[in-house]
Amino acid sequence: MTNVATKPVRRPTGRRTGVSKPSGWWALAFIAPATIGLVALYVWPFLSTLMKSFQDVPAFGPATFVGIENYTTLIGDGDFWKAFGNSALYTAIILLGIPLAVVLAALIEQVGRGRAIYRVLFFLPVVTLPVAIGMVWRFIYNGDFGLLNYVLSWFGVDGQFWVADPRFTIYAFGVVGIWMGLGINLIILGAGLQAIPKALYEASALDGAGRVRQFFHITVPLLSPSIFFVTILSVIAALQMFDLLFIMLRGVNNTALTDSKTIVYLFYEKAFVQFDQGYGAAIAIVLLMVIMIATAVQFRLQRSWVFYG
Amino acid sequence: MAEITVRRTPGSRRRGKPSTTWPIHALLIVAVVFMVVPFVWQLLTVFKTTAEVTRIPPTILPADFSLHSFETFFSTVPFWSMFAVSAGSLVLRVAGQIVVAALAGYAFARIPFRGSKVLFGLFIVMLMVPSQLFLIGQFELIRDMKLLDTLPALAIPGLFSAFGTFLMRQAFLTMPGDYEEAARLDGANTFQVFWYVMLPMARPMLAALAVLTGLYSWNDLLWPLIVSPSGENRPLPVGLAGLQGQFGTDYPTLMAGALVCSIPLVIVFLVLQRQFFAGIASSGLKG
Repeated sequence: MTNVATKPVRRPTGRRTGVSKPSGWWALAFIAPATIGLVALYVWPFLSTLMKSFQDVPAFGPATFVGIENYTTLIGDGDFWKAFGNSALYTAIILLGIPLAVVLAALIEQVGRGRAIYRVLFFLPVVTLPVAIGMVWRFIYNGDFGLLNYVLSWFGVDGQFWVADPRFTIYAFGVVGIWMGLGINLIILGAGLQAIPKALYEASALDGAGRVRQFFHITVPLLSPSIFFVTILSVIAALQMFDLLFIMLRGVNNTALTDSKTIVYLFYEKAFVQFDQGYGAAIAIVLLMVIMIATAVQFRLQRSWVFYG
Repeated sequence: MAEITVRRTPGSRRRGKPSTTWPIHALLIVAVVFMVVPFVWQLLTVFKTTAEVTRIPPTILPADFSLHSFETFFSTVPFWSMFAVSAGSLVLRVAGQIVVAALAGYAFARIPFRGSKVLFGLFIVMLMVPSQLFLIGQFELIRDMKLLDTLPALAIPGLFSAFGTFLMRQAFLTMPGDYEEAARLDGANTFQVFWYVMLPMARPMLAALAVLTGLYSWNDLLWPLIVSPSGENRPLPVGLAGLQGQFGTDYPTLMAGALVCSIPLVIVFLVLQRQFFAGIASSGLKG
């Protein structure tokens, strides 16, 4: 508004010929640090991982090209398929947390006073060290003197070794994963809920719709883009789960560890414990493909359930 | 503002039908109990003795408030040096990333140059690749620079972020161009326009990016694990993981360690709640 006087003068000369329009040199100076860093620490490492996945890389000595051998080994590797299955199962369990988050987000939105307190309480696990969370839950899951078995004993349910018994390990992790991720999902969904016009609720209430009907016929459809977004993020994060597993299975008996590895754990072990970087690189590339396929499938499926007003 | 929206939400109040929020509170409180029980259990355990913790059935309240766990933790773990490493690498990473990302984001949003779109496309592609794909190459680079077991090793990859660049570009894209033009007419050069005029306007997004980067830096386990093979200059997550190996069944000490190491960020969160929520809502970063 204050520029009214200057505007007519500047207009005819066009955008490019201002007093000191930034030149390409400025752009170069601004972009150089980020671009050099990106190339050195991201683009190059990515390409090098891709190349290594086709090589045999001994801990010492030169690498040799082996074609797709790492990948064929991977396909025949029982450990890999087990890890793949574990990652898939963990991800599936994490997805169960999303309906829960939607319901909780809708409930919190209904609350007037006290909303802030709920948000903070649900968010606490997000700002707690994941390693610390793993330690606390490991203690709760302890088969001998854990809190969970104690509480179950009130109801006459037999206790289990939730972490050490490979039948339960991934499920036990899944519960912790849902618990940890809830705070983030609630914030994203809460932002989505704010965007739903309140008039819709008022109009439907006049027509006699109760809260439950409003939830299924207004909230869920209008929130579906946010739900979709949260689903995409949750799946990507779940497929990369590492911290919990690392801390909860430390020093636990061997069966639980060998039976409960995830793809990223296997990658870490191969590439940085056994220093078999060629094989580790192949696992990383497969992880990338799994994430890409999972994301593509979700984008495909969204057509049938995501509602863009 | 907040007050007004809060009052209106229950909706039904207007039509005279009594708005009952207590069932909602009841449901939420049940959920909250599940959220806080692990923390409460951790707190209670901290004050118990090792003998008490292994008692069957467990006691709920500590029999005699023992502070033994804290003593064991602080006498065996170099907490303050770990804290310094965590905090130092966080500050380095946050400050560095903000400057680098803001500069590049500004250029992508505001300075037309040849190849801008292609280069930005490269950033977007890297944004979509999971971090594990970079680890081997980043490790080799750090190792070849002889930086293993140092504080810079923890921060260096995080100085550069495709995500941060993307976020800052979005922030600068939405700003009106009038201010830039006015500053330029007053004789400011491009850097001055950026630094004195545009960057201050991007403050909310800078805060969101700082909080997200800080959160990620503080929590990260895998990268520090890889670049601190000797165990020197360990940040808190790595040290805490080591504690788990060392004191496998001394639960009070483990819980005390988990508590002490987590508290700094929880305090920061309680102070900067709004920035945390805004950061998560604007970007939805996970993991």
